[in-house]
Amino acid sequence: MAIPTAHFLILAALLFGVGAAGVLLRRSGIAILLGIELMLNAGNLALAAFSSQHGNLDGQVFVFFVMAVAAAEVAVGLAILVAIFRKGQSIDVDRLNILRW
Amino acid sequence: MVTAVFLVAAILAVVSAIVAVSHRDPVFNVLSLVVTFFCVAVNYALLGAHFLAAAQILVYAGAILVLFLFVIMLLGAPQTGGDEVKRPVQKSAGLALAAIVAVGGALLALTLKIAPAEAVPAANTQAIGRLLITTYGFAFELISVLLLAAMVGALVLVKRKH
Repeated sequence: MAIPTAHFLILAALLFGVGAAGVLLRRSGIAILLGIELMLNAGNLALAAFSSQHGNLDGQVFVFFVMAVAAAEVAVGLAILVAIFRKGQSIDVDRLNILRW
Repeated sequence: MVTAVFLVAAILAVVSAIVAVSHRDPVFNVLSLVVTFFCVAVNYALLGAHFLAAAQILVYAGAILVLFLFVIMLLGAPQTGGDEVKRPVQKSAGLALAAIVAVGGALLALTLKIAPAEAVPAANTQAIGRLLITTYGFAFELISVLLLAAMVGALVLVKRKH
């Protein structure tokens, strides 16, 4: 391989940091879900990098499973957002206090 | 040549990821996340994971982000105007935490003594398919049940009460 594994890991760390910033700083529910997707992708990239580093395919199979779980998570998360929007006409997570009392 | 492709894809991925989490328009967020995911697919191809590169584009750009766009259109106007409460302390603390995660991870990757990569078989899609239905057969079936459960759960959650 022409490119060292460490380069892919650095890229994965940067993408994870950007996704974490999105989850921590944004207040729109959709932006938070997008940040989670970005973090999952960074983890997937690190898994694929280690998989090709060690020359076996288990890591790539695991990335495939993570993709499937991410798809399920997004479907349920967006459904929850739609339900919340119907209740309060807003998906701003600062205003969500229906589970508070 | 390969290094140039990697550098372009990596820089484009990080820049469009920053746009994706910082822009105010949700449609713009999703569209620039498409660019990020495409660059991640390029990285998979560079790693020799051709199946993952195709699955990345099909599943993420083709399914997940289209679902995001549907929901954004369904919810209508960009409801981002909820900035009546400013929280500077929390904002800078969150930014610092994310920066620590990114820089710490990058430094860790740099300091790890990683041996040179072993040779990867050129076309491994067939091998992945075989792994999925033999060694990981049970997990594969479980994933299909999980997807069915998620589909039913999403339908139940958005069903209108009569």
